[in-house]
Amino acid sequence: MERGKAGRMVRQLASFCLTLALTFIGLTAVTFLISRLTHIDPVLALVGDKASKDVYDQAYHAMGLDQPLVVQYAYYLKRLVSGDFGVSVLTSQPVLSDLLRVFPATFELATVAIVIGVALGIPAGVVAGARKGSWPDHLVRVVGLFGYSVPVFWLGLVGLFVFYGKLGWVSGTGRLDVFYEDVVTPRTGIILVDSALDGDWDIFRNAFSHLILPAAILGFFSLAYIARMTRSFMIGQLSQEYITTARVKGRSFWGAVWRHAFPNIMVPLITVVGLSYASLLEGAVLTETVFAWPGLGLYITRALFNGDMNAVLGGTILVGAVFIGINLVSDLLYKVFDPRLRDA
Amino acid sequence: MKQSLTHWLMEDAPRSRRQAAMGSLYRGLLALVGNPPALVGLVIVTILVLIAIFAPFLDRGISPIAQDLGNRLAPPSAAHWFGTDELGRDIYSRTLYGSRVTLTIVGLVSVVVTPIGLAVGTLSGYLGGWVDSVLMRITDVFLAFPRLVLALAFAAALGPGIENAVIAISLTAWPPYARIARAETITIAKSDFIQAVVLQGASTWRILIRHIVPLCLSSVIVRLTLDMAGIILTAAGLGFLGLGAQPPTAEWGAMVSAGRDVILDQWWVATIPGVAIFLVSLGFNLLGDGLRDVFDPKDAS
Repeated sequence: MERGKAGRMVRQLASFCLTLALTFIGLTAVTFLISRLTHIDPVLALVGDKASKDVYDQAYHAMGLDQPLVVQYAYYLKRLVSGDFGVSVLTSQPVLSDLLRVFPATFELATVAIVIGVALGIPAGVVAGARKGSWPDHLVRVVGLFGYSVPVFWLGLVGLFVFYGKLGWVSGTGRLDVFYEDVVTPRTGIILVDSALDGDWDIFRNAFSHLILPAAILGFFSLAYIARMTRSFMIGQLSQEYITTARVKGRSFWGAVWRHAFPNIMVPLITVVGLSYASLLEGAVLTETVFAWPGLGLYITRALFNGDMNAVLGGTILVGAVFIGINLVSDLLYKVFDPRLRDA
Repeated sequence: MKQSLTHWLMEDAPRSRRQAAMGSLYRGLLALVGNPPALVGLVIVTILVLIAIFAPFLDRGISPIAQDLGNRLAPPSAAHWFGTDELGRDIYSRTLYGSRVTLTIVGLVSVVVTPIGLAVGTLSGYLGGWVDSVLMRITDVFLAFPRLVLALAFAAALGPGIENAVIAISLTAWPPYARIARAETITIAKSDFIQAVVLQGASTWRILIRHIVPLCLSSVIVRLTLDMAGIILTAAGLGFLGLGAQPPTAEWGAMVSAGRDVILDQWWVATIPGVAIFLVSLGFNLLGDGLRDVFDPKDAS
């Protein structure tokens, strides 16, 4: 009995690792193909357009471009694994160190956003599912529809116009006001944390007033998704017989909702929150462009306009890796926490 | 006459294939009309199509690319209903013509994605075995990709433009269709009529193309409608970043982007095309939800 269980765990873990490996190979294969598709000649970029034919051919050979595609891909993979993403044309820095520098800003934004999404979305979804047809239910439906239909970059601009331009409740674009920049000791790269560690509450407040609008807008999108999913999970659970049993035994309605139904929807919710967090990293690309937020998204789009393909592809791989990682881990967590799937 | 037409459409035992098809279409339409949000969606999408077709008649004689630098960033007025942009172009006219770009992208993506999804899904579901394992692994790999970022990288490598935006979106959009087609195929392949066709000696291709694909189409189309909003938003996002339709073509995402720098003073430049994107996505979302309720009642809650 025990051995069977352990065997199953091992098999599941092996299958997980296989999926992970395949997905990463797929991702890097696609980025590799993109790098070969691009109309920017990597040899010319290196030797310059005044180089003679000999120099060009030599560089062409040295870069391995005369090898079969599969061999080139193998070299590419080898370089990636050793952390060599190439050098960014724009910043003249290795792409990897650029990525590590800008990532905390995106992480900060996405994390505050997901906190907003979870804190508001789950309760709203639970109430909407428990009281079908009530006003919170309609509200969740409308918010969901709005969230699925509105372009994030446009909502960001309108938010800037209203809350910064008209009302003056929040600060404008960027992470900090100009005179606060580079004052805080960079420890984690997350300004809220760094300024709190420094005990500099002026900077903390300033950073917060810059962060809250983009985070709220991103958070709105995850709220819409999380609330909608929570609602449908809740409806599914409340139609089960164990809820009726609990009610017959004298549990109050909300007692049954929170103590009986809610623990059962926690498992699928983990996946939903994970997916939502992953999609926030993506949504951050457009939001950061609108808010001039110096994170991964802005880095990728800036690189894009300067033909800096190393930086674009490095950023794509990082976003892709985080995206895939979160996807698969939430899938795995689902299996770990749901006993029915464990036994299947 | 009307009575008999309804009767003909609703007949329990249709006498021809055409009557049966028209009947089920009519019943679907009735269900759709009985669902107010879906009806609103249908109306929005219909208006979008009409606007795209008749834009030259609705543009009040103002070209979407005619510049008037003396009258740039003018607020909405009787002459320019939605105001003018940074080059003095009429935003009303540009918004009308922008619908053409949106419809083109949506149409092309559907045309590219549906056959790929159907081919992969039906082959995978019908043949099973290692073909299924390999194809579904590939599908899973693509499903796990970040859509916008990958589309961005593709568009960056191929160069900006509508065609490349379509290719970029399609490459990341096909996996769900393969999944759906596979699931449908697995159920259909078990049914008796497929066994009967096999006994009659039909080839695998004939079974797939003549018997399985038509039955998968409705689920794929419902899913496609639901995805339209996402496709439109991704396309608009690419346009916003300058990777979609190139100037001077009027494209909604690019128009929002053009209004970015003046959002605090001339709000209408960015706001109005954004509202257009929102309304169209909303229309497709409402219609898609309605279609799903009609064709797939088990998800109706």
